[in-house]
Amino acid sequence: MIQRLFETIRLGFKSLLLHKLRSGLAMLGILIGVTAVIWLVALGEGVSYQAQQQIKDLGATNVIIRSVKPSAGSSTGGGFIVEYGLTWNDYTRILDGVPTIRRAVPMREIKSDARAGERSTDIQLLGVTPDYPEVALIRIERGRFISDKDVDRMENVCVLAANTARELFAHENPIGQMVEISFNSVSDVYKVIGQTESRTPSASIGGSLEGRDFNRDFYIPLSTLRGRIGDQVVTSRSGSREGELVQLSQITVTVEDLDQVEEAADIVEILLEKFHPDGDYSVTVPKELLRQAEMLRMMFNVLLVLIAGISLLVGGIGIMNIMLATVTERTREIGIRRAMGATREDIITQFLAETVVLSATGGMIGVVLGFGCIPFTFAAQWAAETWFYDMWRMLPPTIHNLEPRIEWWSVVASFMISVCVGVLFGLYPARRAAMMDPIEALRHE
Amino acid sequence: MRMAARFSNLEKHYHLGDHVVKALRGVSAEFPMGDYVALMGSSGSGKSTLLNLLGALDRPTLGTYILGEHDVSKLNDRQLSQVRNQMIGFIFQSYNLIAQYTVLENIQVPLAYRPGRPSLSSNDINRCIDLANQVGLSDRLDHRPYQLSGGQQQRVAIARALLNDPEIILADEPTGNLDSKTGEEIMALLGKLNREGRTIVMVTHEPDIAEQAKRQIYMRDGLIAGEGIFPG
Repeated sequence: MIQRLFETIRLGFKSLLLHKLRSGLAMLGILIGVTAVIWLVALGEGVSYQAQQQIKDLGATNVIIRSVKPSAGSSTGGGFIVEYGLTWNDYTRILDGVPTIRRAVPMREIKSDARAGERSTDIQLLGVTPDYPEVALIRIERGRFISDKDVDRMENVCVLAANTARELFAHENPIGQMVEISFNSVSDVYKVIGQTESRTPSASIGGSLEGRDFNRDFYIPLSTLRGRIGDQVVTSRSGSREGELVQLSQITVTVEDLDQVEEAADIVEILLEKFHPDGDYSVTVPKELLRQAEMLRMMFNVLLVLIAGISLLVGGIGIMNIMLATVTERTREIGIRRAMGATREDIITQFLAETVVLSATGGMIGVVLGFGCIPFTFAAQWAAETWFYDMWRMLPPTIHNLEPRIEWWSVVASFMISVCVGVLFGLYPARRAAMMDPIEALRHE
Repeated sequence: MRMAARFSNLEKHYHLGDHVVKALRGVSAEFPMGDYVALMGSSGSGKSTLLNLLGALDRPTLGTYILGEHDVSKLNDRQLSQVRNQMIGFIFQSYNLIAQYTVLENIQVPLAYRPGRPSLSSNDINRCIDLANQVGLSDRLDHRPYQLSGGQQQRVAIARALLNDPEIILADEPTGNLDSKTGEEIMALLGKLNREGRTIVMVTHEPDIAEQAKRQIYMRDGLIAGEGIFPG
């Protein structure tokens, strides 16, 4: 039985090898279909894995409340200073109002630049409290993070992110060095006490959270930021002066249990609504984002299966077309075999085997090429970074850090589908061959 | 005397639209073992139809056909396939070899459709080589049909027809595509097979070919018109 199956498959291969170009072209559709499915699923999963990882980084038990600059026109207050966002009163209200709260971590963030000797660089200045690393998942590489004592004493100390440290001090040890920052025409000098580990920048998630490059951060105690710089920041840009008055950029609320996250978010909304009629804040629930991302991923996969279905259908039609031509061309052979005692089933088996061998071979090559997705992506990333750096730089970090993830189900499913396509689309030509009248077939020129 | 094949009142009707064409209108004959018959007649006389029925490629509309000891006139397609495989050897005018197969593989074709479909044993292969020897092609086993002359191709077909040790060999104009010298060689081979005891039924319209058979059957308008050497 097994031996006969092998024999049939061997004969299938043999007669396909007689027409190498034709067989190759016929299997091309299936091959491309299978490769495309594996690649698309791998790339899609890579992107969605990144998104999920990022959301998990935000912490599933967290509620993130951020200040949002209102669109021009709806701004409150007069003059060029725009006042908006979360306040210390909001912070207290949240601390008192949310019963399940474990902690609330305030943070103030300002774009600025820093100087150390001859060097200077753009930074993201963050006024933080000692528990900020826990909610932002920051890891210290050297030195230490800001302590309670630093906050209490409003010390002029700072912690640098990886890129900031490299830009300012190249390969020197930054610990103990001095960095100068100027604001509102006053400059301050900060002593470096620590440096964080380098970290993958995040992409924006579903529009509710901006992408963020953690490697340009510059952390100082929140109390120092309030004391030295204040809530109001004025920047001069091409002659015109504009200013912002913001007390807090972000409050991260952590609750005790995963089930309490949505409730806490609702309470926060109710607490803030009254005091922020123009909606100059946003509430993000990473857990909710995770669910949305999961939904998005499922929708994406359904879409892929559809595309895959279409491409394999097209491939199948291509194969059927070739097999119909083959059957017509080999009418005489069919007649000879029938005269020598082949039954209709024998003829069906023969032609079906050829179709399945054709589509399965295409599928197999497709799987091999599918696995090429990972090295190809890395090579493409490397090539783009090396030769087209300007273009590469403009691409979102999702693409910079994309690692395709080949899913075993996509490999198995696409290969199985290619075999099924062979059976399905081979059946009609094979049946047509089998139903030929042997006398007519023998007379066929 | 044991009969290789006998049939009585065979009729074959074809439907062409509303029209019924009677290709055979009741023919009867008996072919004892070792017989050598030439079927003659003009085109449309029914000789090809009769050969197809004898070859179990088709079923008669009416009448009975006993091949060896089996009534094959009422068999289904699958059973007819087995009869062709086990009891009949075909030789065609245009040889009908499978183009992509070698000489040896062509001789082996009927083995692929043996009952139970067992795979080839070394005995089977030796038998095929023996048959190639008998028809004088032992040095051409790995050649493909396009590398052979017409006469050599017909020898392959004869070896293939002998493989299953058939009850009856059916030859449809076996020399029709050959020059007269090669044709004579093929006829000599058929004559030798007949002397060895094979039963041969041959369709031809060449009287000098038909003469080499033991007897001649003439057909006209779907009936057997006569037997013996056609006068003139």
